[in-house]
Amino acid sequence: MRMRVVLLLAPACAALAALALTVPRVVAADKADPAVDARAFRNFFFQKFPNVKHEDFVNGPYSMNEDMKRQWQEKEEFPPYEFALDAGREMFATPFRNGKTYADCFPNGGIGIRQNYPYFDDKEGKVVTLELALNRCREANGETPYSYVKDEMASLTAYMAFTSRGQPMDIRIPDDPRALAAFENGKRYFYTRRGQLNFSCASCHVQSPGERLRAEVLAPALGILNAMPIYRSEWSGMGTISRRFVTCNSQTRAVPLEPQSDEYRDVEYFLSYVANGLPIAGPGARP
Amino acid sequence: MKWSLPLVMLLAFSLAPAARAADETQYKAAYAAAEAATKEAASLRNQWTTTVATLAAAKAAGDTGDFDRALAAAREAEALAKASIVQALSEKEAWKAMEIR
Repeated sequence: MRMRVVLLLAPACAALAALALTVPRVVAADKADPAVDARAFRNFFFQKFPNVKHEDFVNGPYSMNEDMKRQWQEKEEFPPYEFALDAGREMFATPFRNGKTYADCFPNGGIGIRQNYPYFDDKEGKVVTLELALNRCREANGETPYSYVKDEMASLTAYMAFTSRGQPMDIRIPDDPRALAAFENGKRYFYTRRGQLNFSCASCHVQSPGERLRAEVLAPALGILNAMPIYRSEWSGMGTISRRFVTCNSQTRAVPLEPQSDEYRDVEYFLSYVANGLPIAGPGARP
Repeated sequence: MKWSLPLVMLLAFSLAPAARAADETQYKAAYAAAEAATKEAASLRNQWTTTVATLAAAKAAGDTGDFDRALAAAREAEALAKASIVQALSEKEAWKAMEIR
């Protein structure tokens, strides 16, 4: 009799033991860990595209298509963003009406710091992007802020990116629950489907990089912001990160959020952090 | 008893619901419902461009007195807004299925 009870209970005990071993893993998987997320993110792309050099992902569609890459390399001899770069250099050096310059607002005089943006500002408790920091600099010096989606902002960020070319992206997530929440919010935004076409950012840039969407070859999400701002032939002009997010939303038939809204700042934080270690390549040029 | 055809037709037409043109009251009710749904979608940060455009088309038609078109557009706008609300609510959890882990 006792033997029968033992035999009956044995499977139940085994099941309980298995459950006990499994549950902590599930909890651990649900707990936010940006480093684990970033590793998984990079590995996904490295495994999906084993022939693409890791540092080449920052070149977007050109890393996916040899023909386009050759055309782009030739275009780089006289790059279409050159005018914006020159304008940005001049704007950066031109003093505000109070005599100060952008250099006074940034560490290292604003030179070679692009790879550290966006950062989490513990005083504000929010993510601060380079575009936002530039406009705050202007306002602090009595100037009107620039539009986040137009040429002036693109020129300024083009110049600052250029001074960081080749530097590895280096985004920090401090030990602060608000920073972790911002990262998680950015991640959620990236994967959330929206718009009448029911697309998330990941629908194009995770599921389909290298595939064509109409005439365009889709860029991989890994390193997608490292080449920003970009000259886009489709726009016949330069575009900031804000412009990119706004346009992506519109293309899925979602009403875009206001530039530099919390969601956009957070998704920039997420995308930049997972690209840590990949070189800054901005300003870039895209079809 | 044999019913004559004209009599049958008369009876049929008198019993059939009359296809009436939409009036302003119907349009205004439909527009209010659509507007409420779009406000809810906006509060979820998930408005669709097509909802906004369709609601604007409803208003434009209503302003010119074309209540048939206005009513149809208002109803379509409400349906679009409700679909975007469903999307926003379902994506609160559904996004995780797409996450790289």
